[in-house]
Amino acid sequence: MTLIEEAVAPGHDPDHHNDGHASDHGQHLSHDTATGVSNEKLGMWVFLGSECLLFGALIATYLVYRGRSINGPYPKDIYDIPFTSVSSFVLLMSSLTMVLALSAIQRGDNRRLRIWLICTAMLGATFIAGQIYEFTSFIREGLTIKTNLFGSSFYVLTGFHGVHVTLGILMLLSLARLSWSGKITKDNAEAVEIVGLYWHFVDVVWIVIFTVVYLIN
Amino acid sequence: MTLVLEPPVSYSPAPQPAGSDAGILRRPVESTKGFLSWVTTVDHKRLGIMYGCTSMFWFLVGGIEALFIRLQLAAPNSSVVGAVTYNGLFTMHATTMVFLVVMPLSAAFFNYFLPLQLGARDVAFPRMNAFSYWGYLFGGLFIYSSYFLGGFPNGGWFGYAPNTSTTFSPGHGIDFWIFGLQLLGIASTVSAVNFIVTVLNMRAPGMSLFRMPVFAWMTFVASFLMLFAMPIITVALFLLMFDRLFGANFFNVSQGGDPVLWQHLFWLFGHPEVYILVLPAMGIVSEVLPTFARKPLFGYPVVVFSGIAIGFMGWGVWAHHMFAVGLGTVATAAFGVSTMFIAVPTGVKIFNWVGTIWGGAIRFTTAMLFSIGFITTFVIGGLSGVTHSIVSSDTQQTDTYYIVAHFHYVLFGGAVMGLFSGFYYWWPKIFGKMLNERLGKTHWILMTLGTHLTFGPMHIVGLQGQPRRMYRYDAGMGFDFWNLVETIGAFVIALSIAVFLYNVLHTTRKGVKAPADPWDARTIEWMTDNPPKPWNFDVVPTVHSVDEFWHRKYAEDADTHRMKRVATAEEVLAHPAVDPASIHMPSPSYWPLLLAGALTMMAYGFLYKAYPVAGVGVVVLLSSMFGWSLEPSAAPHEDHDDDHDGHALGELVSTSAAGELGTGSAH
Repeated sequence: MTLIEEAVAPGHDPDHHNDGHASDHGQHLSHDTATGVSNEKLGMWVFLGSECLLFGALIATYLVYRGRSINGPYPKDIYDIPFTSVSSFVLLMSSLTMVLALSAIQRGDNRRLRIWLICTAMLGATFIAGQIYEFTSFIREGLTIKTNLFGSSFYVLTGFHGVHVTLGILMLLSLARLSWSGKITKDNAEAVEIVGLYWHFVDVVWIVIFTVVYLIN
Repeated sequence: MTLVLEPPVSYSPAPQPAGSDAGILRRPVESTKGFLSWVTTVDHKRLGIMYGCTSMFWFLVGGIEALFIRLQLAAPNSSVVGAVTYNGLFTMHATTMVFLVVMPLSAAFFNYFLPLQLGARDVAFPRMNAFSYWGYLFGGLFIYSSYFLGGFPNGGWFGYAPNTSTTFSPGHGIDFWIFGLQLLGIASTVSAVNFIVTVLNMRAPGMSLFRMPVFAWMTFVASFLMLFAMPIITVALFLLMFDRLFGANFFNVSQGGDPVLWQHLFWLFGHPEVYILVLPAMGIVSEVLPTFARKPLFGYPVVVFSGIAIGFMGWGVWAHHMFAVGLGTVATAAFGVSTMFIAVPTGVKIFNWVGTIWGGAIRFTTAMLFSIGFITTFVIGGLSGVTHSIVSSDTQQTDTYYIVAHFHYVLFGGAVMGLFSGFYYWWPKIFGKMLNERLGKTHWILMTLGTHLTFGPMHIVGLQGQPRRMYRYDAGMGFDFWNLVETIGAFVIALSIAVFLYNVLHTTRKGVKAPADPWDARTIEWMTDNPPKPWNFDVVPTVHSVDEFWHRKYAEDADTHRMKRVATAEEVLAHPAVDPASIHMPSPSYWPLLLAGALTMMAYGFLYKAYPVAGVGVVVLLSSMFGWSLEPSAAPHEDHDDDHDGHALGELVSTSAAGELGTGSAH
């Protein structure tokens, strides 16, 4: 929903016709705001601030309950650190392809934009597939959300992150689709940048989650 | 690419280009009349009025609940309502007053006055603004639908787990509370983002942050508090939801779940929340006092910094709600000290307000009386608040009526009085008519009397040990007399609200038409018509000082060095005729309503585990998001057909266009 937003100008720079004569409609960059940052980009930054607290509260919950389960399976019984490390690596690499996508459209290269967007989405999807595999294998080993405190806090924290990644993939694919019909241009490359902000945030959060949940034991 | 606004009364229907990107749903036709124009509106002023009306409705509902509570407690061992009903009543009274009245009533003022005070034509994201309203409306209706679907939630507004787990609270009441608050939380987070971006990006030329009116500042601070507090309650509610719906163990004590975790999460949200409730009222008071004392606000930067300080320190005091838990000596001592500390910026504000009135040429209008009422009542509530920082004493007072007395002094005598002050002050701006002053003063006297009659004696019975949330008490414990007084006081408050409603009715029917500048006001929201046109300002003023409007009316006399009137309001407001067609405004949209509806549908679906319903909700949600994204904020205009083709997404960055007229200065 925050992906693409409307904006009303604060009223500094009219790129629209005043006094009845038409002005240049090619100008679509909205840097006529008081901060110089467009409403959409600023809105995404502010929203990500809120997201920090969301994940902060979830991570805090996980930490409070760490080592307090009264029955197994415990983390050390079921974690497959090498596997999760690989899927984490895949997710982190998607940030690189995201940057390449933005760089492509900033140069006006729509074809490469689509290639990198789809690459990013595929890498994200690989991560999600890894998470689904991980969840199913944990459930097979007897850890469900009902089993113990570890199960409850693990699934809710990583599941929330997974939902965020999934929404990000939807946004990336939407951008790719719009680019296909020529609706992403150099002038509105900021749409890609804004989705990129979200995507990088989700990646950074995973670094924290991976460290706290998997590595510190 | 943007729709052109015709002069008010009749907007010409927007041309609907074939194959438009908004083609999933036909764009609602621009209009200023009729039901549909309100349902699809994205105008911040209309949304402000909608917020105001809806929250006043819930205010009456929550007030009636309070009257039932007081009737039950009027006499010892009475049985007006039973225990279960009583639990539902106090839960819903608090939930209503916090989430459905004071927060959205503040949001009504944010909506209406923030863009006007900033010199903007609308908020940064008009459709998101409409979405917030619908989320609020549906969230409120959703919680109250529990009454017809199995009974009110009855776990208190704080919903302490595991009392709210399925073991101790079977039935759907708590589920309605959880999902309803989630809806309201989403709406609040979205409006927080919206208001923050509006403040940062939409200020008029010349308006630096420290030339913003204090109300805009307090909106800004309260929005940050909302932004950061809402996700925490969201997480807490999700944990409880997973416990209740999917059998997770977060608050399952037999599995090692920790009830104190709920309390930490809830109050880490809950304490900033009380500042979310009171900061807007403080902002209103900071506007009203200078106007009616005819002096600039004493120490403007200090008032602003105190507000910011409250915003920061509000995050470090939450555990004073939990002293009875036994958190350990160090934690309790630290939170006791921080609780004493947060009284400092609040006290600074009080002194600044007193300094503002001091030596002023005071006009005791109703708005001024309510603001003075705010200060005095808030000081009493604030002082009893400081007593809570003495941990040993607070442990005695926990769960007694002393606490109830404290927070009603700050939230009812404080926040609500401040909001009423805003009503009387800004009514002419919103509706173009003056609220009757005689009726207003009657309202104020009755409300002041009622507030102290109701909540004053609660200090006494509280210190004597009357527990809160108990639906009856025995005779002969010293509670009888004061409880009767409290009940009488509650009905006096109800009478005062009746006077207010009569005043509204009377004003609407035969109220005096408001002049351009009824109060000799100071800030730029008064530099336009009453009520303002849909685009707010024909000419956006360039701002040179906090009290811009005042400084255009008054200037220092060179000889006497006294401020002298140099222009009437009409002269200041005069400007060359402006062609409204040159101002581009965002167009109405169905998507905000649909998106909020989809979320509500999902809530019902998950609540009843009717997953097909929830699934349809998800589909509607996602398609609304797509439809929303592809719909330009402003409908394409025939003149701009060349432009909108292939630029649908461009709109998202470019509809900034909301149109600006010339240089925007009236000078």
